[in-house]
Amino acid sequence: MLLGLLLAVALIVPLLGQPYYTRLVARMAIFGIAALSLDLLVGYAGLVSFGHAAFFGIGVYCAGLLPMMGVQQVWVIVPVAMLVAALYGALSGLISLRASGLYFIFITLAFAEIVFYIAQGLRMLGGDDGFRLPAPTLLPGGASLANPVVLAYTMLAALVLAVWVARRLSESHFGQVVVAARDNETRLRAMGLSPYPYRLALYMIASALCALAGVGFANLVEYASPASMSWVVSGEFLFMVILGSAATIVGPVLGAVVFVGLEQLLSAVTEHWLFWLGIVLVLRVLLLRQGIHGLLAGGGQR
Amino acid sequence: MSRPLLQVTGLEAGYGSAQVLFGVDLAVGEGEVVALMGRNGMGKTTFIRSLVGLAQRMAGRIEFAGVDVTRYPGYRVARAGLGLVPEGRHVFRSLDVEENLVATARSVGQAISAGDGVPAPEPWTLERVYEFFPRLAERRHHRGNQLSGGEQQMLAIGRALLTQPSLLVLDEATEGLAPLIREDIWRTLGRLKSGGLAVLVVDRDLRALARLADRYVILDKGQVALAGPVSDLSERASTIERHIGVA
Repeated sequence: MLLGLLLAVALIVPLLGQPYYTRLVARMAIFGIAALSLDLLVGYAGLVSFGHAAFFGIGVYCAGLLPMMGVQQVWVIVPVAMLVAALYGALSGLISLRASGLYFIFITLAFAEIVFYIAQGLRMLGGDDGFRLPAPTLLPGGASLANPVVLAYTMLAALVLAVWVARRLSESHFGQVVVAARDNETRLRAMGLSPYPYRLALYMIASALCALAGVGFANLVEYASPASMSWVVSGEFLFMVILGSAATIVGPVLGAVVFVGLEQLLSAVTEHWLFWLGIVLVLRVLLLRQGIHGLLAGGGQR
Repeated sequence: MSRPLLQVTGLEAGYGSAQVLFGVDLAVGEGEVVALMGRNGMGKTTFIRSLVGLAQRMAGRIEFAGVDVTRYPGYRVARAGLGLVPEGRHVFRSLDVEENLVATARSVGQAISAGDGVPAPEPWTLERVYEFFPRLAERRHHRGNQLSGGEQQMLAIGRALLTQPSLLVLDEATEGLAPLIREDIWRTLGRLKSGGLAVLVVDRDLRALARLADRYVILDKGQVALAGPVSDLSERASTIERHIGVA
């Protein structure tokens, strides 16, 4: 109900002809997809990744690099970005998923830092400064994602699709095994299933979804830089997931909306906005057991 | 004894540097029910855990349906047809009853063929498990952590059955359950036995075990102290009492 209302507002805002708010909606949708993709790992599989921004950055760089080769079509850029991210997810997941707990956190961080330093080392792509997108991504029919209205609606559609896919996934047999592995991995093994292939597949899916968000982000800021894949961004994604409540799919999307909203509000008032954001997280942990999602769904307050 | 389905020879196992089992031999034939008994800390649970790789196997050999599974990772032993109902049940608490049942379920075709022609029993389906445990059907949308102990045990048994096992292994089959529920569980095991399923069961209820089992094995300090057909049980009551410390 509340979600429908939120979506309705998001759908109306771009019609008002205020580019700032239109871009804000696009930004929320983009980070909503990223947070949702991380929730698949953190919430459902219990895999706390601290390197999820790597896949976001891969999306950003694909959206920046492909136009240099004259490719602007969304139906090339998005699949390529998702594929590259899934491949890097497979490569890093093969190793990181052998670890658990704290070790998993650090290995994912290490893999993200590898991508970060590679991007930073690419002199011809501006190194640390990054580069301006040579051209925006184009939808079939020629509409450009450089247009905030087009971008906002495209990312909202992608978000709705992502929520649908994530829900289907969580209700599927695949999703049940992933949750069972989170609940009791030893027991799952004793029942004849190794969680490893399931987790790897999930890791690849989450990576690909995050790259989709990255493509949107590149078009939003019309820029690609290593900053988009720094560990700070990974931390922000985690922030959104926790803010909204993990393992709820919609919760992390709400977390992203609140995060982006607060970021805009607070940074307009004070340069120490991160401090206040930190206080918000502390309050959430202390007061809202079920996160923002629980607050809205009702009865989650404790 | 019929052809051995599970054949364990000289099993030594334990945890880290603590060895618990010192050369245990145990076999379960097709369709046979074997009771594993012994006092606390004598190695019953370690024995069962080592079958599926949850305790460290140090020496010995485990054959299942004619295949040497000693070096298999636990999940492959389970997949070869060993259905485990663990002590403490361990249902997946965030999944509901039905999800618990189907998450690890396998269709018969998916189960790795259990070696040289173990006869395929009637496959287990969700419907068949619900027919066995009507209580689970009623509670199918309740989460694992909302079930009573008895319901959890039924769920753990149902979950194991849906992996299409040729051997069902129960650790502390009725521990901590109300008497009526215990009766239920024993009846269920009896039905499974008449359906031709082999069972290895750990429990304290001598009388129930004597009714159900074909043979018994008693562990003492990590070794087999006594073994034989259950018809022995009454004759050897005093010796048995010494080993398991219950009447």
